[in-house]
Amino acid sequence: MSLRADTPAPTRIRRFGRAERWVHRTTAFLMGVCVVTAACLYVPQFAELVGRRELVVRIHEWAGLALPVPVLAGLASRAFRADVRFLNRFGPHDRVWLRAALRRDRRPEARPAGKFNAGQKVYAAWIAGATLVMLGTGLIMWFTHLTPLMWRTSATFVHDWLALTIGIVLAGHIGMALGDPEARRGMRTGSVSREWAEREHPLWRP
Amino acid sequence: MNSEQPDGPGRDRPETRDAAEEPEARGTPVGRRVLLGTLGLGALGVVAAPTLQRGLEAFLGSAADKDPTGLTGLLPNGGGFRYYSVASSVPRKNADTYQLTVDGLVDTPRTYSLADLRALPQTRMVKDVQCVTGWRVPGTPFEGVRLSRLLDAAGVRPTAGAVRFTCFDGTYTESLTLEQARRADVLVALRMQDKNLSHSHGGPVRLYVAPMYFYKSAKWLSGITLTEDVRPGYWEKRGYDIDAWVGRSNGRDDEPTS
Repeated sequence: MSLRADTPAPTRIRRFGRAERWVHRTTAFLMGVCVVTAACLYVPQFAELVGRRELVVRIHEWAGLALPVPVLAGLASRAFRADVRFLNRFGPHDRVWLRAALRRDRRPEARPAGKFNAGQKVYAAWIAGATLVMLGTGLIMWFTHLTPLMWRTSATFVHDWLALTIGIVLAGHIGMALGDPEARRGMRTGSVSREWAEREHPLWRP
Repeated sequence: MNSEQPDGPGRDRPETRDAAEEPEARGTPVGRRVLLGTLGLGALGVVAAPTLQRGLEAFLGSAADKDPTGLTGLLPNGGGFRYYSVASSVPRKNADTYQLTVDGLVDTPRTYSLADLRALPQTRMVKDVQCVTGWRVPGTPFEGVRLSRLLDAAGVRPTAGAVRFTCFDGTYTESLTLEQARRADVLVALRMQDKNLSHSHGGPVRLYVAPMYFYKSAKWLSGITLTEDVRPGYWEKRGYDIDAWVGRSNGRDDEPTS
Protein backbone atom coordinates (compact mmCIF):
# COMPACT_ATOMS: atom_id res chain seq x y z
CA MET A 1 0.00 0.00 0.00
CA SER A 2 2.82 2.44 0.83
CA LEU A 3 4.33 1.82 -2.61
CA ARG A 4 1.07 2.62 -4.27
CA ALA A 5 0.59 5.78 -2.19
CA ASP A 6 3.93 7.10 -3.41
CA THR A 7 3.11 6.56 -7.07
CA PRO A 8 2.10 9.85 -8.66
CA ALA A 9 -0.33 8.44 -11.28
CA PRO A 10 -3.37 7.39 -9.24
CA THR A 11 -4.65 3.86 -9.77
CA ARG A 12 -7.63 4.73 -7.58
CA ILE A 13 -10.51 6.56 -9.16
CA ARG A 14 -12.85 8.80 -7.26
CA ARG A 15 -16.38 7.34 -7.39
CA PHE A 16 -18.36 8.85 -4.53
CA GLY A 17 -17.92 12.05 -2.56
CA ARG A 18 -18.77 12.56 1.07
CA ALA A 19 -22.40 13.52 0.34
CA GLU A 20 -23.24 10.37 -1.63
CA ARG A 21 -21.60 8.12 0.92
CA TRP A 22 -23.40 9.71 3.85
CA VAL A 23 -26.74 9.59 2.06
CA HIS A 24 -26.17 5.87 1.44
CA ARG A 25 -24.99 5.22 4.99
CA THR A 26 -27.86 6.97 6.76
CA THR A 27 -30.49 5.59 4.37
CA ALA A 28 -29.09 2.08 4.87
CA PHE A 29 -29.15 2.55 8.65
CA LEU A 30 -32.75 3.81 8.69
CA MET A 31 -33.85 1.06 6.30
CA GLY A 32 -32.13 -1.46 8.58
CA VAL A 33 -34.01 -0.13 11.59
CA CYS A 34 -37.29 -0.38 9.65
CA VAL A 35 -36.57 -3.97 8.60
CA VAL A 36 -35.46 -5.15 12.06
CA THR A 37 -38.38 -3.51 13.90
CA ALA A 38 -40.78 -4.79 11.23
CA ALA A 39 -39.50 -8.32 11.83
CA CYS A 40 -40.01 -7.86 15.57
CA LEU A 41 -43.59 -6.74 14.98
CA TYR A 42 -44.43 -9.33 12.38
CA VAL A 43 -42.56 -12.62 12.83
CA PRO A 44 -44.05 -14.40 15.86
CA GLN A 45 -40.71 -15.82 17.04
CA PHE A 46 -39.05 -12.38 17.09
CA ALA A 47 -42.15 -10.76 18.59
CA GLU A 48 -42.00 -13.29 21.40
CA LEU A 49 -38.30 -12.62 21.92
CA VAL A 50 -38.56 -8.83 22.01
CA GLY A 51 -42.05 -7.95 23.23
CA ARG A 52 -42.32 -4.21 24.08
CA ARG A 53 -44.76 -3.73 21.22
CA GLU A 54 -45.53 -0.09 21.95
CA LEU A 55 -41.83 0.92 21.87
CA VAL A 56 -41.03 -1.13 18.75
CA VAL A 57 -43.97 0.47 16.91
CA ARG A 58 -42.74 3.97 17.83
CA ILE A 59 -39.20 3.24 16.57
CA HIS A 60 -40.56 1.73 13.35
CA GLU A 61 -42.79 4.74 12.69
CA TRP A 62 -40.08 7.35 13.27
CA ALA A 63 -37.42 5.46 11.31
CA GLY A 64 -39.89 5.16 8.43
CA LEU A 65 -40.73 8.84 8.55
CA ALA A 66 -37.04 9.75 8.52
CA LEU A 67 -36.18 7.36 5.68
CA PRO A 68 -36.51 9.88 2.79
CA VAL A 69 -34.70 12.64 4.71
CA PRO A 70 -31.08 11.71 3.79
CA VAL A 71 -31.90 11.70 0.05
CA LEU A 72 -33.74 15.02 0.31
CA ALA A 73 -30.85 16.53 2.28
CA GLY A 74 -28.41 15.07 -0.25
CA LEU A 75 -30.04 17.10 -3.02
CA ALA A 76 -28.17 20.09 -1.59
CA SER A 77 -24.96 18.50 -2.92
CA ARG A 78 -24.09 19.04 -6.56
CA ALA A 79 -22.31 15.67 -6.76
CA PHE A 80 -25.35 13.86 -5.38
CA ARG A 81 -27.66 15.63 -7.82
CA ALA A 82 -25.36 14.56 -10.65
CA ASP A 83 -25.61 10.93 -9.48
CA VAL A 84 -29.40 11.16 -9.29
CA ARG A 85 -29.36 12.42 -12.89
CA PHE A 86 -27.18 9.49 -13.98
CA LEU A 87 -29.54 7.08 -12.22
CA ASN A 88 -32.55 8.62 -13.90
CA ARG A 89 -31.32 8.76 -17.50
CA PHE A 90 -31.18 5.56 -19.57
CA GLY A 91 -29.13 5.36 -22.74
CA PRO A 92 -29.16 2.71 -25.52
CA HIS A 93 -26.41 0.78 -23.71
CA ASP A 94 -28.73 0.26 -20.72
CA ARG A 95 -31.12 -1.67 -22.95
CA VAL A 96 -28.18 -3.87 -24.01
CA TRP A 97 -27.25 -4.41 -20.35
CA LEU A 98 -30.80 -5.35 -19.32
CA ARG A 99 -31.14 -7.78 -22.24
CA ALA A 100 -27.85 -9.44 -21.27
CA ALA A 101 -29.04 -9.66 -17.68
CA LEU A 102 -32.25 -11.38 -18.80
CA ARG A 103 -30.19 -13.86 -20.85
CA ARG A 104 -27.86 -14.33 -17.83
CA ASP A 105 -24.99 -13.31 -20.06
CA ARG A 106 -22.20 -12.41 -17.63
CA ARG A 107 -19.49 -11.40 -20.10
CA PRO A 108 -18.30 -7.84 -19.37
CA GLU A 109 -18.55 -6.87 -23.05
CA ALA A 110 -22.24 -7.80 -22.99
CA ARG A 111 -22.84 -5.46 -20.06
CA PRO A 112 -22.00 -1.89 -21.07
CA ALA A 113 -22.56 0.58 -18.24
CA GLY A 114 -21.88 4.20 -17.37
CA LYS A 115 -21.31 5.30 -13.80
CA PHE A 116 -24.28 3.11 -12.85
CA ASN A 117 -25.39 0.00 -14.68
CA ALA A 118 -29.00 -0.47 -15.73
CA GLY A 119 -29.69 -2.84 -12.85
CA GLN A 120 -28.55 -0.28 -10.31
CA LYS A 121 -30.70 2.35 -12.01
CA VAL A 122 -33.83 0.20 -11.96
CA TYR A 123 -33.16 -0.74 -8.34
CA ALA A 124 -32.67 2.90 -7.27
CA ALA A 125 -35.88 4.06 -8.95
CA TRP A 126 -37.93 1.14 -7.68
CA ILE A 127 -36.74 1.31 -4.07
CA ALA A 128 -37.39 5.07 -4.04
CA GLY A 129 -40.95 4.53 -5.29
CA ALA A 130 -41.51 1.60 -2.95
CA THR A 131 -40.26 3.64 0.02
CA LEU A 132 -42.76 6.37 -0.79
CA VAL A 133 -45.60 3.82 -1.06
CA MET A 134 -44.55 2.39 2.32
CA LEU A 135 -44.48 5.91 3.75
CA GLY A 136 -47.96 6.72 2.42
CA THR A 137 -49.58 3.48 3.54
CA GLY A 138 -47.69 3.68 6.84
CA LEU A 139 -49.06 7.15 7.53
CA ILE A 140 -52.60 5.93 6.83
CA MET A 141 -52.05 3.14 9.39
CA TRP A 142 -50.43 5.51 11.88
CA PHE A 143 -52.97 8.36 11.82
CA THR A 144 -56.07 6.25 11.81
CA HIS A 145 -58.49 9.14 12.14
CA LEU A 146 -57.34 10.79 8.89
CA THR A 147 -58.91 8.27 6.53
CA PRO A 148 -61.96 5.98 6.57
CA LEU A 149 -61.57 2.45 7.86
CA MET A 150 -61.64 0.87 4.40
CA TRP A 151 -58.47 2.75 3.53
CA ARG A 152 -56.70 1.60 6.66
CA THR A 153 -57.37 -2.07 5.95
CA SER A 154 -56.31 -1.63 2.32
CA ALA A 155 -53.18 0.30 3.32
CA THR A 156 -52.25 -2.49 5.75
CA PHE A 157 -52.62 -5.01 2.93
CA VAL A 158 -50.30 -3.08 0.60
CA HIS A 159 -47.85 -2.29 3.42
CA ASP A 160 -47.56 -5.99 4.39
CA TRP A 161 -47.05 -7.37 0.89
CA LEU A 162 -44.74 -4.59 -0.26
CA ALA A 163 -42.68 -5.06 2.93
CA LEU A 164 -42.16 -8.68 1.97
CA THR A 165 -41.17 -7.68 -1.58
CA ILE A 166 -38.77 -5.00 -0.34
CA GLY A 167 -37.22 -7.55 2.03
CA ILE A 168 -36.45 -9.87 -0.89
CA VAL A 169 -35.15 -7.11 -3.19
CA LEU A 170 -33.05 -5.64 -0.38
CA ALA A 171 -31.53 -9.05 0.29
CA GLY A 172 -30.58 -9.17 -3.41
CA HIS A 173 -29.01 -5.70 -3.19
CA ILE A 174 -26.95 -6.67 -0.13
CA GLY A 175 -26.09 -10.05 -1.63
CA MET A 176 -24.70 -8.44 -4.77
CA ALA A 177 -22.68 -5.98 -2.71
CA LEU A 178 -21.26 -8.87 -0.69
CA GLY A 179 -20.17 -10.49 -3.94
CA ASP A 180 -18.27 -7.40 -5.12
CA PRO A 181 -15.70 -6.15 -2.56
CA GLU A 182 -14.47 -3.37 -4.87
CA ALA A 183 -17.99 -1.94 -5.24
CA ARG A 184 -18.26 -1.97 -1.43
CA ARG A 185 -14.87 -0.27 -1.13
CA GLY A 186 -16.15 2.42 -3.48
CA MET A 187 -19.12 3.10 -1.24
CA ARG A 188 -16.99 2.93 1.92
CA THR A 189 -13.91 4.93 0.94
CA GLY A 190 -15.15 6.84 -2.09
CA SER A 191 -12.65 5.44 -4.61
CA VAL A 192 -12.29 2.31 -6.72
CA SER A 193 -9.49 0.68 -8.67
CA ARG A 194 -9.07 1.65 -12.31
CA GLU A 195 -9.30 -1.99 -13.46
CA TRP A 196 -12.60 -2.45 -11.68
CA ALA A 197 -14.02 0.76 -13.16
CA GLU A 198 -12.94 -0.20 -16.67
CA ARG A 199 -14.36 -3.71 -16.33
CA GLU A 200 -17.66 -2.92 -14.59
CA HIS A 201 -18.39 0.60 -15.86
CA PRO A 202 -16.57 0.95 -19.21
CA LEU A 203 -18.64 3.96 -20.32
CA TRP A 204 -18.11 5.86 -17.09
CA ARG A 205 -15.91 8.98 -17.54
CA PRO A 206 -14.79 9.95 -14.04
CA MET B 1 -11.38 13.60 1.47
CA ASN B 2 -11.22 17.01 -0.18
CA SER B 3 -13.30 15.81 -3.07
CA GLU B 4 -15.86 18.55 -2.53
CA GLN B 5 -13.25 21.09 -3.59
CA PRO B 6 -14.31 21.82 -7.13
CA ASP B 7 -10.98 23.21 -8.28
CA GLY B 8 -8.47 20.96 -6.59
CA PRO B 9 -5.05 20.70 -8.20
CA GLY B 10 -4.99 18.53 -11.28
CA ARG B 11 -8.77 18.19 -11.37
CA ASP B 12 -11.32 19.88 -13.49
CA ARG B 13 -14.97 20.20 -12.56
CA PRO B 14 -16.22 16.63 -12.87
CA GLU B 15 -19.97 17.34 -12.97
CA THR B 16 -19.93 19.82 -15.81
CA ARG B 17 -17.67 17.61 -17.85
CA ASP B 18 -19.60 14.44 -17.09
CA ALA B 19 -22.90 15.95 -18.05
CA ALA B 20 -21.56 16.65 -21.51
CA GLU B 21 -19.72 13.40 -22.16
CA GLU B 22 -21.49 10.64 -20.25
CA PRO B 23 -23.64 8.59 -22.61
CA GLU B 24 -26.62 8.75 -20.25
CA ALA B 25 -26.57 12.50 -19.77
CA ARG B 26 -29.23 13.03 -22.45
CA GLY B 27 -30.93 9.65 -22.15
CA THR B 28 -34.59 8.92 -21.49
CA PRO B 29 -35.74 9.52 -17.91
CA VAL B 30 -36.65 5.86 -17.35
CA GLY B 31 -35.77 6.12 -13.65
CA ARG B 32 -38.48 8.70 -13.11
CA ARG B 33 -40.99 6.51 -14.95
CA VAL B 34 -40.10 3.46 -12.85
CA LEU B 35 -40.51 5.53 -9.67
CA LEU B 36 -43.86 6.98 -10.73
CA GLY B 37 -44.97 3.56 -11.96
CA THR B 38 -44.18 2.04 -8.56
CA LEU B 39 -46.16 4.81 -6.86
CA GLY B 40 -49.06 4.21 -9.25
CA LEU B 41 -49.01 0.47 -8.59
CA GLY B 42 -49.01 1.18 -4.85
CA ALA B 43 -52.08 3.40 -5.18
CA LEU B 44 -53.75 0.81 -7.40
CA GLY B 45 -52.94 -1.82 -4.77
CA VAL B 46 -54.73 0.21 -2.10
CA VAL B 47 -57.79 0.58 -4.35
CA ALA B 48 -57.84 -3.09 -5.33
CA ALA B 49 -56.91 -4.35 -1.84
CA PRO B 50 -60.37 -5.59 -0.71
CA THR B 51 -60.70 -7.83 -3.78
CA LEU B 52 -57.07 -9.00 -3.71
CA GLN B 53 -57.23 -9.67 0.02
CA ARG B 54 -60.33 -11.87 -0.25
CA GLY B 55 -58.75 -13.91 -3.02
CA LEU B 56 -55.44 -14.32 -1.22
CA GLU B 57 -57.06 -15.28 2.07
CA ALA B 58 -59.04 -18.00 0.32
CA PHE B 59 -55.99 -19.23 -1.59
CA LEU B 60 -53.48 -19.09 1.28
CA GLY B 61 -56.03 -20.52 3.71
CA SER B 62 -56.36 -23.66 1.57
CA ALA B 63 -52.60 -23.75 0.88
CA ALA B 64 -51.86 -23.54 4.63
CA ASP B 65 -53.84 -26.75 5.20
CA LYS B 66 -51.44 -28.64 2.94
CA ASP B 67 -48.25 -26.83 4.00
CA PRO B 68 -46.17 -28.94 6.40
CA THR B 69 -43.51 -26.21 6.87
CA GLY B 70 -45.92 -23.64 8.28
CA LEU B 71 -44.24 -20.96 6.18
CA THR B 72 -47.56 -19.80 4.72
CA GLY B 73 -48.47 -18.68 8.23
CA LEU B 74 -45.74 -16.05 7.98
CA LEU B 75 -47.18 -14.51 4.81
CA PRO B 76 -49.57 -11.58 5.10
CA ASN B 77 -53.17 -12.88 5.19
CA GLY B 78 -51.72 -16.36 5.70
CA GLY B 79 -54.19 -16.98 8.49
CA GLY B 80 -53.59 -17.98 12.08
CA PHE B 81 -52.77 -16.05 15.22
CA ARG B 82 -50.19 -13.31 15.58
CA TYR B 83 -48.19 -12.99 18.79
CA TYR B 84 -48.43 -9.60 20.51
CA SER B 85 -46.87 -8.81 23.85
CA VAL B 86 -46.49 -5.38 25.41
CA ALA B 87 -44.02 -6.50 28.08
CA SER B 88 -40.29 -7.02 27.60
CA SER B 89 -40.47 -10.58 28.86
CA VAL B 90 -43.18 -12.71 30.36
CA PRO B 91 -42.49 -15.14 33.21
CA ARG B 92 -43.65 -18.72 32.69
CA LYS B 93 -46.18 -20.18 35.10
CA ASN B 94 -47.26 -23.78 35.45
CA ALA B 95 -49.67 -25.81 37.58
CA ASP B 96 -47.41 -25.39 40.61
CA THR B 97 -46.74 -21.67 40.36
CA TYR B 98 -49.90 -20.27 38.78
CA GLN B 99 -52.38 -18.33 40.95
CA LEU B 100 -55.50 -16.35 40.14
CA THR B 101 -56.82 -13.94 42.77
CA VAL B 102 -60.34 -12.51 42.92
CA ASP B 103 -60.54 -9.46 45.17
CA GLY B 104 -61.73 -5.87 45.43
CA LEU B 105 -65.39 -5.18 46.16
CA VAL B 106 -66.27 -8.79 47.04
CA ASP B 107 -67.44 -10.49 50.24
CA THR B 108 -64.88 -13.31 50.12
CA PRO B 109 -61.63 -12.69 48.22
CA ARG B 110 -60.20 -15.93 46.87
CA THR B 111 -57.11 -17.35 45.27
CA TYR B 112 -57.40 -20.18 42.75
CA SER B 113 -54.70 -22.59 41.71
CA LEU B 114 -54.77 -24.14 38.24
CA ALA B 115 -56.11 -27.37 39.77
CA ASP B 116 -58.90 -25.39 41.51
CA LEU B 117 -59.96 -23.88 38.19
CA ARG B 118 -59.82 -27.25 36.43
CA ALA B 119 -62.07 -28.75 39.10
CA LEU B 120 -64.86 -26.26 38.31
CA PRO B 121 -67.46 -26.92 35.57
CA GLN B 122 -65.98 -26.14 32.15
CA THR B 123 -67.70 -24.44 29.24
CA ARG B 124 -66.55 -24.92 25.63
CA MET B 125 -67.43 -22.62 22.76
CA VAL B 126 -66.31 -22.39 19.14
CA LYS B 127 -66.31 -18.91 17.61
CA ASP B 128 -64.25 -16.70 15.35
CA VAL B 129 -61.44 -14.63 16.83
CA GLN B 130 -61.21 -11.09 15.45
CA CYS B 131 -58.19 -8.87 16.06
CA VAL B 132 -58.62 -5.13 15.84
CA THR B 133 -55.64 -5.01 13.44
CA GLY B 134 -57.64 -7.01 10.92
CA TRP B 135 -56.75 -10.69 11.14
CA ARG B 136 -59.49 -13.16 11.91
CA VAL B 137 -59.19 -16.82 12.82
CA PRO B 138 -62.37 -18.76 12.14
CA GLY B 139 -63.91 -21.38 14.41
CA THR B 140 -61.51 -21.41 17.34
CA PRO B 141 -62.52 -23.55 20.35
CA PHE B 142 -62.02 -22.04 23.81
CA GLU B 143 -62.75 -23.88 27.04
CA GLY B 144 -62.76 -22.75 30.65
CA VAL B 145 -64.73 -21.48 33.63
CA ARG B 146 -67.44 -18.88 33.13
CA LEU B 147 -66.27 -15.62 34.69
CA SER B 148 -69.74 -15.14 36.18
CA ARG B 149 -69.24 -18.32 38.21
CA LEU B 150 -66.07 -16.95 39.85
CA LEU B 151 -67.80 -13.61 40.49
CA ASP B 152 -70.77 -15.33 42.16
CA ALA B 153 -68.47 -17.48 44.27
CA ALA B 154 -66.73 -14.36 45.57
CA GLY B 155 -69.98 -12.51 46.27
CA VAL B 156 -69.97 -9.21 44.40
CA ARG B 157 -70.91 -6.25 46.60
CA PRO B 158 -73.70 -3.93 45.40
CA THR B 159 -71.26 -1.00 45.03
CA ALA B 160 -69.23 -2.84 42.38
CA GLY B 161 -69.84 -1.76 38.80
CA ALA B 162 -66.85 -3.03 36.88
CA VAL B 163 -64.16 -5.71 36.75
CA ARG B 164 -60.48 -5.03 36.29
CA PHE B 165 -58.09 -7.70 35.02
CA THR B 166 -54.36 -7.80 35.68
CA CYS B 167 -51.76 -10.09 34.16
CA PHE B 168 -48.57 -11.70 35.33
CA ASP B 169 -46.61 -10.12 32.46
CA GLY B 170 -46.65 -7.19 34.90
CA THR B 171 -47.95 -4.67 32.35
CA TYR B 172 -51.17 -5.58 30.63
CA THR B 173 -54.54 -4.66 32.09
CA GLU B 174 -58.11 -4.94 30.87
CA SER B 175 -61.56 -4.09 32.14
CA LEU B 176 -65.22 -4.86 31.59
CA THR B 177 -68.40 -3.48 33.06
CA LEU B 178 -69.99 -5.87 35.54
CA GLU B 179 -72.82 -6.45 33.10
CA GLN B 180 -70.39 -7.41 30.32
CA ALA B 181 -68.37 -9.59 32.69
CA ARG B 182 -71.47 -11.59 33.65
CA ARG B 183 -72.21 -12.58 30.04
CA ALA B 184 -72.28 -16.30 29.37
CA ASP B 185 -69.71 -15.94 26.55
CA VAL B 186 -66.97 -14.55 28.81
CA LEU B 187 -64.61 -17.23 30.09
CA VAL B 188 -61.56 -17.63 32.23
CA ALA B 189 -60.05 -19.89 29.59
CA LEU B 190 -57.78 -22.86 30.33
CA ARG B 191 -57.83 -24.47 26.91
CA MET B 192 -57.72 -23.20 23.34
CA GLN B 193 -57.95 -25.20 20.10
CA ASP B 194 -58.65 -28.21 22.36
CA LYS B 195 -55.19 -28.04 23.93
CA ASN B 196 -54.05 -26.59 27.24
CA LEU B 197 -53.25 -22.92 26.69
CA SER B 198 -49.61 -22.57 25.70
CA HIS B 199 -47.43 -19.78 27.03
CA SER B 200 -47.44 -17.86 23.74
CA HIS B 201 -51.24 -17.92 23.64
CA GLY B 202 -51.37 -16.49 27.19
CA GLY B 203 -51.30 -19.74 29.14
CA PRO B 204 -51.85 -21.29 31.50
CA VAL B 205 -54.91 -19.05 31.95
CA ARG B 206 -56.27 -16.16 29.87
CA LEU B 207 -59.45 -14.19 29.63
CA TYR B 208 -61.75 -14.92 26.68
CA VAL B 209 -64.31 -12.25 25.81
CA ALA B 210 -66.01 -13.80 22.79
CA PRO B 211 -68.07 -10.83 21.52
CA MET B 212 -65.22 -8.30 21.63
CA TYR B 213 -61.99 -7.57 19.75
CA PHE B 214 -59.25 -9.90 20.90
CA TYR B 215 -57.28 -7.30 22.89
CA LYS B 216 -60.03 -7.62 25.53
CA SER B 217 -59.08 -11.29 25.96
CA ALA B 218 -56.12 -10.56 28.22
CA LYS B 219 -53.35 -13.15 28.16
CA TRP B 220 -51.54 -14.46 31.29
CA LEU B 221 -54.47 -13.57 33.56
CA SER B 222 -53.51 -13.35 37.24
CA GLY B 223 -55.94 -10.97 38.93
CA ILE B 224 -59.66 -10.18 38.87
CA THR B 225 -60.56 -7.09 40.90
CA LEU B 226 -64.07 -5.73 41.38
CA THR B 227 -64.12 -1.92 41.18
CA GLU B 228 -66.76 0.81 41.26
CA ASP B 229 -66.08 2.15 37.77
CA VAL B 230 -64.39 0.91 34.64
CA ARG B 231 -60.69 1.74 34.53
CA PRO B 232 -59.29 1.83 30.99
CA GLY B 233 -56.91 -1.01 30.18
CA TYR B 234 -53.48 -0.93 28.53
CA TRP B 235 -54.53 -0.39 24.91
CA GLU B 236 -57.57 1.66 25.91
CA LYS B 237 -55.27 4.29 27.41
CA ARG B 238 -53.67 4.31 23.96
CA GLY B 239 -56.82 5.06 22.03
CA TYR B 240 -58.71 1.78 21.62
CA ASP B 241 -62.37 1.55 22.59
CA ILE B 242 -63.27 0.24 26.05
CA ASP B 243 -66.55 -1.27 24.84
CA ALA B 244 -64.86 -3.24 22.09
CA TRP B 245 -67.80 -5.08 20.45
CA VAL B 246 -66.66 -6.72 17.24
CA GLY B 247 -68.13 -4.79 14.32
CA ARG B 248 -69.45 -1.93 16.45
CA SER B 249 -66.31 -0.23 17.77
CA ASN B 250 -62.84 1.00 16.86
CA GLY B 251 -64.24 2.31 13.56
CA ARG B 252 -64.46 -1.21 12.14
CA ASP B 253 -67.33 -3.12 10.57
CA ASP B 254 -66.26 -6.76 10.94
CA GLU B 255 -68.91 -9.42 11.25
CA PRO B 256 -69.78 -9.98 14.95
CA THR B 257 -68.09 -12.99 16.56
CA SER B 258 -70.70 -13.82 19.22
